Amino acid sequence: MSTATTMHDETGHVPPAEVEEVELYHAKTWLGKYVFSQDAKVIAIQYGCTAIAIGMVGLVLSLMMRLQLGFPNEFSFINPSNYIQAVTMHGMIMVVYLLTALFLGGFGNYFIPIMIGARDMVFPYVNMLSFWIYLLSVLILVASFFVPGGPSGAGWTLYPPQVMLEGTPGHEWGAILMLVSLAFFIIGFTMGGLNYVVTVLQARTRGMTLMRLPLTVWGIFMATILALLAFPALLVSAIMMLFDMLLGASFFMPAIVSMGEQLDHSGGSPILFQHLFWFFGHPEVYIVALPAFGMVSDILSVHARKAIFGYRMMVWAIVAIGGLSFIVWAHHMYVSGMNPYFGFFFATTTLIIAVPTALKVYNWVLTLWRGNIHLTIPMLFAIGFIFTFVNGGLTGLFLGNVTVDLPLSDTLFVVAHFHMVMAVSPVLVLYGAIYHWYPKISGRMFHQGMAQFHFWITFVGSYAIYYPMHYLGLMGVPRRYFSMGSTDFILPSAQGLNEFITIAAIIVGVTQLLFIYNLVWSLFKGEKASDNPWNATTLEWQTATTPPGHGNFGKELPLVYRWPYDYSVPGEDIDFLPQNQPPRGAG
Amino acid sequence: MTITLLFMAFLMGVVVWWLVKQTINIKPWVMDDGVLVGDVDAGVLSEPKAKTGLWVFLAVVTSMFCLFISAYAMRMKLGDWTPLPEPDLLWVNTGLLVLSSIALQWARNAAKQDRIDSLKVGLNVAGVLTIGFIVGQLFAWRQLVDDGYFLNSNPANAFFYLFTALHGLHILGGLVAWIRAVSRLWRGSDAAQVRLSVELCAVYWHFLLIVWLILFGLMLST
Ligand code: HEM
Ligand SMILES: [Cu+2]
Repeated sequence: MSTATTMHDETGHVPPAEVEEVELYHAKTWLGKYVFSQDAKVIAIQYGCTAIAIGMVGLVLSLMMRLQLGFPNEFSFINPSNYIQAVTMHGMIMVVYLLTALFLGGFGNYFIPIMIGARDMVFPYVNMLSFWIYLLSVLILVASFFVPGGPSGAGWTLYPPQVMLEGTPGHEWGAILMLVSLAFFIIGFTMGGLNYVVTVLQARTRGMTLMRLPLTVWGIFMATILALLAFPALLVSAIMMLFDMLLGASFFMPAIVSMGEQLDHSGGSPILFQHLFWFFGHPEVYIVALPAFGMVSDILSVHARKAIFGYRMMVWAIVAIGGLSFIVWAHHMYVSGMNPYFGFFFATTTLIIAVPTALKVYNWVLTLWRGNIHLTIPMLFAIGFIFTFVNGGLTGLFLGNVTVDLPLSDTLFVVAHFHMVMAVSPVLVLYGAIYHWYPKISGRMFHQGMAQFHFWITFVGSYAIYYPMHYLGLMGVPRRYFSMGSTDFILPSAQGLNEFITIAAIIVGVTQLLFIYNLVWSLFKGEKASDNPWNATTLEWQTATTPPGHGNFGKELPLVYRWPYDYSVPGEDIDFLPQNQPPRGAG
Repeated sequence: MTITLLFMAFLMGVVVWWLVKQTINIKPWVMDDGVLVGDVDAGVLSEPKAKTGLWVFLAVVTSMFCLFISAYAMRMKLGDWTPLPEPDLLWVNTGLLVLSSIALQWARNAAKQDRIDSLKVGLNVAGVLTIGFIVGQLFAWRQLVDDGYFLNSNPANAFFYLFTALHGLHILGGLVAWIRAVSRLWRGSDAAQVRLSVELCAVYWHFLLIVWLILFGLMLST
């Protein structure tokens, strides 16, 4: 229905008023231009490269775990301590330092200003600081690999009391550095986040009403709001934990005997930590999911040459999901001995949040329906995302129910669920988005063959890794275990499955190197990209130069006349109308 | 978590209300819906950007303090909680903070009316009072330690040190902005050039005053 109602009011056109210009900061030195740059696009690339680099560390750690699980005790460099440290660091790196940083710091910085028709973020200096503080937090995190005792091994959830008990690896230095690093991350993110929000609110170009924002911007905007409000919970728990660790407070630490010694703490509540942690932890899932939702909507629409189905519903769903994500956190705590009514409440809210999420899935599928689907690389990733997301979402409905969750809690079923829904799905979108925007960012096309190969191995490989994990979980194989020991309920065939998963994981892992190689190779050898290779409507494709220079647009800021989804408009000669194209009959 | 949830509900309410106002009945795909044609300012807020930035930041800080208060309320219910006697000095400090807020408000009004001399006086007085507040808080710590109320002896004590430290850090952050405004005045800026900075300082100070009153009240009453 959407495009069919397009009508052009040829008489009502008012000539656009001048767009107010902003003064740009111009760096004079090489350092100022490329290192301490205040240009959001450079900051975006800095964020992106740092996130991907630390993400590679997370990937290597995951392969290390897989080696042990697939071939127990074959590798002498893996022992129970560094195994659990790998689990911890892998989880934290992937969730916070890779996904959050890449989606918001990377894509947010690059695309918010350019998609809304602004020259830059509103506080460029603060924006620059944001990146450097992020880098500092990454360095502190990496430093924890090299301190005595190594990094923390408390699991990415950092639950007290074990995070600071002697039996846990990294209970001294590692845990402290992790918490300090998180604190810096949050401070850096807050600086960036203020920019993203105020830029969306106040730097939109003429004609760019809220309801003309591409869904990518909506997703990043809402995710930023969530992050700004949810990260304080992590900060609060980190600060209170540091008080317990360094100053001998007992916020979270109960009286406890560790290794035959009575510790100095008493009376604290580990459950209090869990509440604070998950008050951050659950919104965090949506902090990485909402930008992915937004970007996938845009990719689907461009490559299906069709307006997104139900744009308004999509916007409201993003907002509804954002709001609801604050009242479901205790579904991570069903096994903490909570009041059954409490559990009932959280099970209900958890299932309610599935409604707007499912709406989004329907709308993506309906966008494809009767579209003119081009199976380009970004489109493949976007469609792959729909599959994995539905898959992970369905197991989420299982785990959202208290009675079903109790036996499944802390098994590989949970690992399979959250990897499907918050690891593979957002990563597929990230790949799709990188391929989609690579021509604009680099000015070159990527290598098609390598990208095809990368897609199929990654997509099929992820299923090979995580699908069997559901069965292992149902069988009762616990997560975070170095080895199974002699357990009756775990059948011998589980080992075969584990081997298979490990081999798949190695293949998938190595293929990611090809992706990076492709990015670097194409930067030098790729075919030159035109300004708008996908024939897309949004403003980033309408820049004067590719890649866009400092200030994004040419002499004048674009004026926006229409929404971002004017694809295949009936009666038009071309199948897309850029947002800044005036209506017919207007000069 | 009730307190935090109420705050979140309030914020979400604001977001949704604002959004509904902007989006209800708008059909962006229809070309002649009135907003399509060139001359729309896209509903962009006209406030100075730094001011919006400050308000967003205040929301973040509020979220953080709400969570601390929620943690306080939950931890308080456990058996080992012994309230600590707040030193009387805190009343004096509170008075200093109230006065500094008033002084800044005065400076803000002066800046609005281009009364540069009162502006300078207001700003300086506010700064001195604020530094007095910080010093006073440090003395309060000293006094508690001398009386044997250590951080690690009771969670109520730990919360006291935690709250005062964090609130103090936020004040110090505000003082950085204050120093920037003062030094600009020294270097000869006129009232109009520092008007926004002074206004933002005043808003921030009022905010931190409210935070302090809530924290202080909470600790007094429990
Ligand atoms: C090649 C890709 C990946 C592989 C092979 C992999 C593998 C694993 C393995 C084996 C575990 C430990 C399971 C256990 O015994 O508890 C794990 C945990 C985890 N992974 Fe991944 N992972 C991958 C990518 C990701 C990504 C992209 C994310 C981002 C969200 C992620 C997030 C997590 C988290 C949060 C944990 C839990 C850590 C903990 O229990 O403390 N993983 N992963
Ligand atoms: Cu959750």
